[in-house]
Amino acid sequence: MTHPPISLKPYGRHAILIEWPNKVSETILESILDFEDFLLRNCLKEKGWETISAYNSLLLVHPKLEIDYPEFSRNLSAWYDQSKGGVAREKVLWKLPVSYDRSFGIDLDEVAKELNKSVEDIVKLHTENTYTVYGIGFVPGFMYLGGVPAELEIPRKATPRLKVQKGSVGIAAKQTGIYPQESPGGWNIIGNCPVPLFDRNKKDPCFVNVGDKIQFQPISMGEYELHKIEAEVGIYKPEKILLDA
Amino acid sequence: MLKVLKAGFFTSVQDLGRFHHRKKGVPVSGCMDQQSVYKANTLLENDNRSAVLEITMTGPTLLFEKDTYIVLGGAQISVTLNNEPIQNYKVYPVKEGDILSYGKLKKGFRSYLALKGGFKTKEILGSRSFYVPITDVNRIEEGDEVPYGEHRNFAPKISELKVDSFLDETVLEVYKAPEFDLLTDKQLENLFSRKFTVSKENNRMAYQLSETLEAHQHSILTSATLPGTIQLTPSGKLIVLMKDGQTTGGYPRILQLSDRSISVLAQKREGNMVSFKFI
Repeated sequence: MTHPPISLKPYGRHAILIEWPNKVSETILESILDFEDFLLRNCLKEKGWETISAYNSLLLVHPKLEIDYPEFSRNLSAWYDQSKGGVAREKVLWKLPVSYDRSFGIDLDEVAKELNKSVEDIVKLHTENTYTVYGIGFVPGFMYLGGVPAELEIPRKATPRLKVQKGSVGIAAKQTGIYPQESPGGWNIIGNCPVPLFDRNKKDPCFVNVGDKIQFQPISMGEYELHKIEAEVGIYKPEKILLDA
Repeated sequence: MLKVLKAGFFTSVQDLGRFHHRKKGVPVSGCMDQQSVYKANTLLENDNRSAVLEITMTGPTLLFEKDTYIVLGGAQISVTLNNEPIQNYKVYPVKEGDILSYGKLKKGFRSYLALKGGFKTKEILGSRSFYVPITDVNRIEEGDEVPYGEHRNFAPKISELKVDSFLDETVLEVYKAPEFDLLTDKQLENLFSRKFTVSKENNRMAYQLSETLEAHQHSILTSATLPGTIQLTPSGKLIVLMKDGQTTGGYPRILQLSDRSISVLAQKREGNMVSFKFI
């Protein structure tokens, strides 16, 4: 596999940013995650390093270390060359349950009308695709998902809502995602996911990682209620499928 | 417990911050002015991760329900312990039933109350720092009780610290951030020759500055941000991310404040002026 070129940028005293070519692509994301994995396994041995990957970049930050940029960037370039053909990482697909009931999907009818499709078509398009997690940020557990089919592209709402319910599933332009907490928001809301994407009581509070795949699974109101209760008592296990590399 | 008799404007429990969950979108949080907190905790011979109260603008009235030792730090504010004025960076023993009350803010914006052993609110994801939804609340309210341990026989090695206050400083030291090179000559000149005013929009997430640079049309793919990152919005507005700032963003990151300058800015309020200087 080819190794995309990287560029390094200083970012204050404690961090360095590694950038890949400026585009949204799974090949680039894989290269980032491979290198992140390589660095954490072999190079960044001091306790306290954190890595944050998103789209075409990887941030390395250590709040207590003073980074010597010239030396560290030389090391990083050499490590990147060495990392070619790294260890195969586990590839994961999460199936997340979503109720597309109109009581949750408050914009479903409008979206269907706008896109000149039936509500069933919208749900089918949204659920038959798999999406890639390109980043997690904005608020705890919020996934930036890529891979929205062109037929589902619809602009953000002209006026954002002041309150979007927790778990709301939205679409806007090339993005789709789940609001992990109640917040303001301008996406078109088409459903609700009863499973918390973020649980502060877990050691790893968000089971999804950057690079994972997501598929939404339509569920009935009954199943919604069941998953909601399972999630509340902490016995819900999200459906995880291991993909071949 | 420390009983909150009056809440004040905005008081929260903070420590060094919440690390290792940024990749899941969790901000670092922690004390805005870590320089001041470090001194206060050091006087108490505390671990520097000990949690303190961060008191923004006007302070609370607090009742101690156990004996301990306290140190105040950060902003200059009139504070009395049982109606006797007390000062910053000095160790005071407090007894059960003592009342600490905050008065007029004189200089700075955030003051800190540290006590021996630190506050013992629940640690969540490795930190006690308040941040909703990681913690249930983002501030203390009247009637709340904030837990701490009893301490009676502490003999501090140093009971008072003469500190060089940075509350009057207005120059923020900066490094280049990843999109620095997108700045035009004109933007650069303005950035480093002008003074900027802290706008009304200033809080633990971010400080916006009133004066703008020229508008631009650069956009970047969402990428990681840090506390102290200065973003330049398309309309030319400067936004300085602070401790509760989001972990990723889509605006060009042009400068990065030094750790010390984050503390300097944390003591500024609406209308205060700052300028930038390369380290």
